[in-house]
Amino acid sequence: MMQITAVVIGAGHAGLAMSRRLTERSIDHVVLERGEVANSWRTQRWPSLRLLTPTWLTRLPGYDYAGDDPGGYMPAAGVVATLTRYARLADAPVRTATMVHTVRTAPGGFEIQANDDMLHARTVVLATGACARPAISAVTGAVPRPITTLTPLTYHDPSQLPEGGVLVVGASATGVQLAAEIHRSGRPVTLAVGEHVRLPRRYRGRDIFWWLQATGVLGERYDQIDDLTRARHLPSPQLTGTPDPAATDLNTLNAHGIRIVGRLGRITDGVAQFSGSLRNTCTLADLKMNRFLARADNWANAHGLDDELPPAHRLAPTQVDPRTPLELDLTSGEITTLLWATGLRPDYSWLDIPVHDHAGQIRHDGGVVTSTPGLYLLGMPVLRTRASTYIHGAVTDSEALGAHLHSFLNSQLR
Amino acid sequence: MTITDRPVDNGVNVQALLDARNALSAAPEAAHFTWRASCTWRNGTHSHSTVAGFAGLGAEQQHRTTYEFDTDHPECFASEDNGATPVEFVLVGLAGCLTAGVAAVAQHRGIQLRSVTATIDGAMNILGILGADPHVRNGFEAITVRFAIDADASRDDLEALIAQSQKRSAVFDVVANPTNVLVELA
Repeated sequence: MMQITAVVIGAGHAGLAMSRRLTERSIDHVVLERGEVANSWRTQRWPSLRLLTPTWLTRLPGYDYAGDDPGGYMPAAGVVATLTRYARLADAPVRTATMVHTVRTAPGGFEIQANDDMLHARTVVLATGACARPAISAVTGAVPRPITTLTPLTYHDPSQLPEGGVLVVGASATGVQLAAEIHRSGRPVTLAVGEHVRLPRRYRGRDIFWWLQATGVLGERYDQIDDLTRARHLPSPQLTGTPDPAATDLNTLNAHGIRIVGRLGRITDGVAQFSGSLRNTCTLADLKMNRFLARADNWANAHGLDDELPPAHRLAPTQVDPRTPLELDLTSGEITTLLWATGLRPDYSWLDIPVHDHAGQIRHDGGVVTSTPGLYLLGMPVLRTRASTYIHGAVTDSEALGAHLHSFLNSQLR
Repeated sequence: MTITDRPVDNGVNVQALLDARNALSAAPEAAHFTWRASCTWRNGTHSHSTVAGFAGLGAEQQHRTTYEFDTDHPECFASEDNGATPVEFVLVGLAGCLTAGVAAVAQHRGIQLRSVTATIDGAMNILGILGADPHVRNGFEAITVRFAIDADASRDDLEALIAQSQKRSAVFDVVANPTNVLVELA
């Protein structure tokens, strides 16, 4: 059996960042990757997807973006190229095409079965990402047979869809982006909107992520967030990396003819029923956005930037038609495709260690799985700060967890 | 939010609610409640309902006393009007739930309430329940709740208060979202 100090599972941005930290600390390790570096970005992302964060924010340990489009938004292919280059630069010991089947505790650490090999490691870092499988409502079983169902992991582009109307369920960044893209293909789109996060792409001449960074929102630590469970489950903001800054705002989608309805509740006898809470859902999102914009304005004022920046303003409230339909007959032939954009979840079915809570999530303290010393989690939303949700969050997260892992190893030697 | 000299007291024990949330997150099985009512037909459209016990926190629980309710239809429906109509009870439930939510959220956010009044309308086309028009549903076409709130808070804070109250309201969820309902012979 191969003995190694640390095994990192997953060669995405988080696993590669951790590898770099372990190398900095001269900790021998291997990165196990089921496919190639940036596998999910290669195989499970639709081609038009771009990062929500502007390119200048694409940072990893020892890597800062130095290209010619710092204000742009990197396409999926660009993320693949960047991570591939990063793995090479960092000389990360990645074993590609290596599928992890089981991880369990063993004397002195962990046993990892990968492909047909057994490895023994003193520490394990789980970096397989938050987006392994789609979260799909149980009502999927009631979707009438002729309707094609897709998820963000199986969606590629509108040409794969049959002709006819499309029901997009979910209004996170994914849902609004795909609703807009499919609508542009000429198909009538209905968008079912539950709880969502509304933000303008740009505010007072700056990208919204500039504001999120400047005001300290992205830096908020996990142990200082009032409702951490909620923060970790928040849908991604309704943004897109396109030249039209309002392209995915619900008011814009509505004006373009996309039909906005409430959260999908259930499907009975082929009829989809939507929540009557749409107005309040939109009001909550508007209120929350305005609280953040007020915080941004206060910050700008306190830093004497009011003369330098364009004036403060507010977006129009989200328009909700009081006659919004509560039902949609899925058997009429009007809808031919249903796209579940209801979020993605991690998959730890191969982790044979009882560290899950009642919802199947790994219990951890800022990425440290305290119940199983030597086990770490990385690359998850709001893992240690709100920035953890995004690529650059791995810079400080991997630093902190690398240091923790190092001191754990030292404490074992004592 | 407003900072006042006196501590905010809307009569809601927010700490107990927060403690309950933490305790039940750790022991999720205790969070499964069953609410009950029983209803006995009297005569005509008049029925008499009681509410006494419920299950929750892993045990049978009792209200302080048995609560009794009469439901009936008004005289213009050729009934005796021995009580509010069942649909009015739904409005009572929704208004009571949202108003309790307003008080709890206000307490949590440090907003002192002086008065809260909710008026609630449910529009209904009774051609639905009469079976006279298959295109008209039985239930409400729409429900409107209007809150008049006197409190130490800005209008934006009050808007946020009623929005959060809706978000956390059980009856709002029951009314706005589908629920599986099983009715069977005993």
